[in-house]
Amino acid sequence: MTDTKKQIRIALRNCGLIDPEQIEDYIAQDGYFALGKCLTEYTQDQTIAEIKESGLRGRGGGGFPTGLKWEITKNVEADQKFVVCNADEGDPGAFMDRSILEGDPHSVLEAMAICGYCIGADKGLIYIRAEYPLAIERLKIAIKQAREFGLLGNDILGTGFNFDIELRYGAGAFVCGEETALIHSMEGLRGEPTFKPPFPSVSGYMGKPTNVNNVETFASVPVIINKGAGWFNKIGTEKSKGTKVFALAGKINNVGLVEVPMGTTLREVVYDIGGGIVNGKEFKSVQTGGPSGGCLTKDFLDTPIDYDNLVAAGSMMGSGGMIVMDEDDCMVSIAKFYLEFTLEESCGKCTPCRIGNKRLHEILEKITEGNGTEEDIDRLKVLSNVIKDTSLCGLGQSSPNPVLSTIANFEDEYLAHVKDGKCPAGQCKSLLRYDIIEDLCTGCTLCFRNCPVGAITGERRAPHFIDQSLCIKCGVCFEKCKFDAITLT
Amino acid sequence: MDTINLIIDNKPIVVKKGTTILEAASSIGVQVPTLCHMKLDDLNIENKPGGCRVCVVEVEGRRNLAPACCTDVHEGMVVNSHSIRAINARRTVMELILSDHPADCLICAKSGDCELQDMAQQLGIRKIHYPGEQSHYREDTSPAIIREIDKCIMCRRCEMMCNEVQTVGVLSAINRGFDSVVSPAFEMNLDHSECTYCGQCVAVCPTGALTEVDDTGKVIRALSDPAKTVIVQTAPAVRAALGEEFEMEPGTLVTGKLVSALRRLRFDHVFDTDFAADLTIMEEGTELLNRLGKHLAGDKDVKLPILTSCCPAWVKFFEHQFPEMKEIPSTARSPQQMFGSIAKTYFAEKLGVERENLVVVSIMPCVAKKYECGRDEFKVNGNPDVDHVITTRELAALIKLSNIDFKTLPNEDFDNPLGESTGAGVIFGTTGGVIEAAVRTAYEIHTKKELPRLDFDELRGMDGIREATIDFDGLPIKIGIAHGLGNARKLLEDIQAGKSEFHAIEIMSCPGGCIGGGGQPYHHGNAEILKKRQMAIYQEDKNKTLRKSHENPHIIKLYEEFLGEPMSEKAHHLLHTEYFDRTE
Amino acid sequence: MSKVKSFTDLKNLKSEYHKKQIFGTPAESLVQIKVGMATCGIASGAKEIKKFLIEECEHQAIDAEIKQTGCLGYCYAEPMVEVQLPDSEPVVFGYVDKKRAKSIIENYIIQGEEIEGEIPISFKTIND
Repeated sequence: MTDTKKQIRIALRNCGLIDPEQIEDYIAQDGYFALGKCLTEYTQDQTIAEIKESGLRGRGGGGFPTGLKWEITKNVEADQKFVVCNADEGDPGAFMDRSILEGDPHSVLEAMAICGYCIGADKGLIYIRAEYPLAIERLKIAIKQAREFGLLGNDILGTGFNFDIELRYGAGAFVCGEETALIHSMEGLRGEPTFKPPFPSVSGYMGKPTNVNNVETFASVPVIINKGAGWFNKIGTEKSKGTKVFALAGKINNVGLVEVPMGTTLREVVYDIGGGIVNGKEFKSVQTGGPSGGCLTKDFLDTPIDYDNLVAAGSMMGSGGMIVMDEDDCMVSIAKFYLEFTLEESCGKCTPCRIGNKRLHEILEKITEGNGTEEDIDRLKVLSNVIKDTSLCGLGQSSPNPVLSTIANFEDEYLAHVKDGKCPAGQCKSLLRYDIIEDLCTGCTLCFRNCPVGAITGERRAPHFIDQSLCIKCGVCFEKCKFDAITLT
Repeated sequence: MDTINLIIDNKPIVVKKGTTILEAASSIGVQVPTLCHMKLDDLNIENKPGGCRVCVVEVEGRRNLAPACCTDVHEGMVVNSHSIRAINARRTVMELILSDHPADCLICAKSGDCELQDMAQQLGIRKIHYPGEQSHYREDTSPAIIREIDKCIMCRRCEMMCNEVQTVGVLSAINRGFDSVVSPAFEMNLDHSECTYCGQCVAVCPTGALTEVDDTGKVIRALSDPAKTVIVQTAPAVRAALGEEFEMEPGTLVTGKLVSALRRLRFDHVFDTDFAADLTIMEEGTELLNRLGKHLAGDKDVKLPILTSCCPAWVKFFEHQFPEMKEIPSTARSPQQMFGSIAKTYFAEKLGVERENLVVVSIMPCVAKKYECGRDEFKVNGNPDVDHVITTRELAALIKLSNIDFKTLPNEDFDNPLGESTGAGVIFGTTGGVIEAAVRTAYEIHTKKELPRLDFDELRGMDGIREATIDFDGLPIKIGIAHGLGNARKLLEDIQAGKSEFHAIEIMSCPGGCIGGGGQPYHHGNAEILKKRQMAIYQEDKNKTLRKSHENPHIIKLYEEFLGEPMSEKAHHLLHTEYFDRTE
Repeated sequence: MSKVKSFTDLKNLKSEYHKKQIFGTPAESLVQIKVGMATCGIASGAKEIKKFLIEECEHQAIDAEIKQTGCLGYCYAEPMVEVQLPDSEPVVFGYVDKKRAKSIIENYIIQGEEIEGEIPISFKTIND
């Protein structure tokens, strides 16, 4: 760790600092001050202007300007509106939202009330996955305390503003993170997306204008109000302001949550904060944006992280998953792994996502099993592009990203699989080959005795042989041989 | 701004705001292919989940392709419906659908009538570049409908019909990703569900995933059994649609050819369900007048409005959904069942044939009739009043199988006595017809005067819920009509809430009534076909000399010789029924 | 708790709570101990560690306030315990098992010795 202060904790400011089950702790940290300030000193428009000025963009992945979203929802005439917090965190490996809800639930409640004030809603709903029992528990406690303190409910801080929040539970479907699917799920319907427009800001929950923001987005709001948009927008890059929380995982030493200013480079995150690659291995790739993101090579290590740069590099911000891979990771298998996730999580509504991803997966499987052809790589590219071009929602449209980005950045690995029948990382079992080097084999029979399928033959004190048609690549012979007479290629 | 200027395939066009690309394109003759999308004009039925993605088009400046069916046009939009990008994407999407679809077209029930097959041809699919695993599900057979959901392409039309139009709520998408499919909850069998067998799912299914149970084999076997006398009845809506199966214009009346064909199929007697419809009017009309009379006399316990009970899917619907109201519908059996009951008693006696040796076959526009004839209350010692039901489509198949050139058949007349009918019996085939027929008879019985007119335009039409007040010589009779079970539900909820002011309500499960039944030739989303069938039905009514059920001479004779009078004990035994609470 | 009636009331409340707390200004003899108790911490055994710390501090008669808190983000080093001795900066310890917890109490809190496994704070706060 060369520099220990590369992080700034805004969304995570109170996590690890306060007791999340004590509203007093939150208030001691200026909790609900932002709400008080908005209700007593700012008009709705001034508050929205402040959020717009701050440059805050949606942290759930889309990166839509938060203030603009609030403004759109505010400007729709309706007898009722809703504020929805999307806490259906579903990216594998991403858990910043859970961490915020478990460590600082009031910050989200406060921001939702501020949003309600701005758009003219008196009801907030938090859509949270049922697999987050602790977060749910702490939210329940927080809501109860906030009501007791009169910080939720009617006539908040004597201003006449009413706002209350309820929880809605999701069953952990990834696609329910998509806002239209999320709203359907809350309405008791099948969690599948519908075509936008209409956007939820116009017609959302129960057909009413609904402002949906993610947990991390909300958690940043009170700080913006308290410290000012000008403070916030000094952090970050030209088009991406503030900080972003990443969940660092994979072959990295300091696995965990980090919050860095927009514009921090991948290298700083991976090496300075993440402590570099486990066991000093060589960095190969970093995958950002969750299952729909892309895999970036070391060429991108000095790319400053923001929404636009990541997209330009062929990946995306997503909700902030960041998975580091080293030389031992096979990029074809990685693409296959991510696709498995999307396959499971596709809602099945539109053809390209339902069937197209299945076919992509089958082709990848064929390649990792050693049966792929160069034509298969072309088919992957063509099909991936059609899926991106024709899928209904963001999940489908981005699902081929891991395939396309690994082909773009690691085509040689694909070619090694299909042309040479080799997996350079040694991960694809079907492509491994164990051989006995005659000159080194002493005929000790140790491998022969340990082979579980009888694939090794040979006389005592004479060189042995492996019958490739029987070998199941278990590697036992390789481990047992005392003379390094067995090679793995 | 209420209008939008845009360009589609190089042609500038002006359309109303809120128009979709698909509609705008269609207005200038650009037919963007669609698969899941279906719209029945005037019936308020539209399915556009945007799921199949076959209708994608290229929009200048847009990141991805736009589904034409659910993308609204915007000012200055430039659409290219057949750019290479759109065509390639569309064909790839189609290949993907086909890659997960059994390629058994040669032996599929929908072959030649399949929208998926047609689309594959239209898009010129000659090879599937992305073959792979296909999904497999258990085939589900019920008394009326077969679900072969390996053939489901997730267009969701059936689901929309079942939930939004019919509000039955049996079919919905289940599972996720590649395993997604439309099914009853927990993949239960249809016959364990609350399915009404209305068959509207079958009527809109673009592929062979949902079809009727094929009973033609049973009919062929009965016809070839020398020990059996086989008689047939044919429902009113059949004659207005059967011609479509033989490339005749929709709305062509084929009554004479139909009779002729049935005779060539060697049915021993060719009868008309319209006869039984007239009989239904006698019973139901009398029941209405009885209840009305008691009501006017101040009887507080009398149940009004009276609801028609001809439609078996509707009957099953309220048995599941409104069991506490099972005393409200008329106890009159449906025309099909009245026919069967009279055939196996009155007519069997006349013929001197044991009921076991008399086989009654129905030709119905309906798949629920297959279920209805199997209900226990319509059996005597296990022998059903109606033995086999085949749909209009199955009859067409049977005619083709029997080498009959339908188009050149001569016109022939029904046999007597169960083939005589009035115009009132004919109009049972369309929404509003049953109640109009009932009015014609009830009016004359009640007022003992002749009706000044026979056509009640106020009861006709295609609106989902209609109402009219008919003057019964000073007594205003309030009449409601609903077609589509969702519309029926609304009227039922009003009754439940004590808000209904109707005296009588006609309910038909299928949009349009029986002309739009689940067993009719496929309309493929063209509502014009339904309207033409409806016009044909009213034309047939007009053509009849007798247009009031109580004037049917064979009905009069039936009461004289056999039943006594309407609602007599014998009539009650043979022509009325009871309903069951199916919520347990 | 009666409802907070105005923004001014809220501000007063904040001052009150802030004084009670010792963020940055520890009370004279009180040892502040925080245990990371988000899901990650609990999954790594934080509940037991907290219980152990409470028992051990009682046993050793240490005037300590032991509370739970959220996640500091150092997942790789859970369970985490932060200790703030009177008049000192808080120090974070990672990989805390019972043995290390005992050592934290006996060596760091009682003896004031530096012990291994201190996790350097690698972030700025909004007030930095």
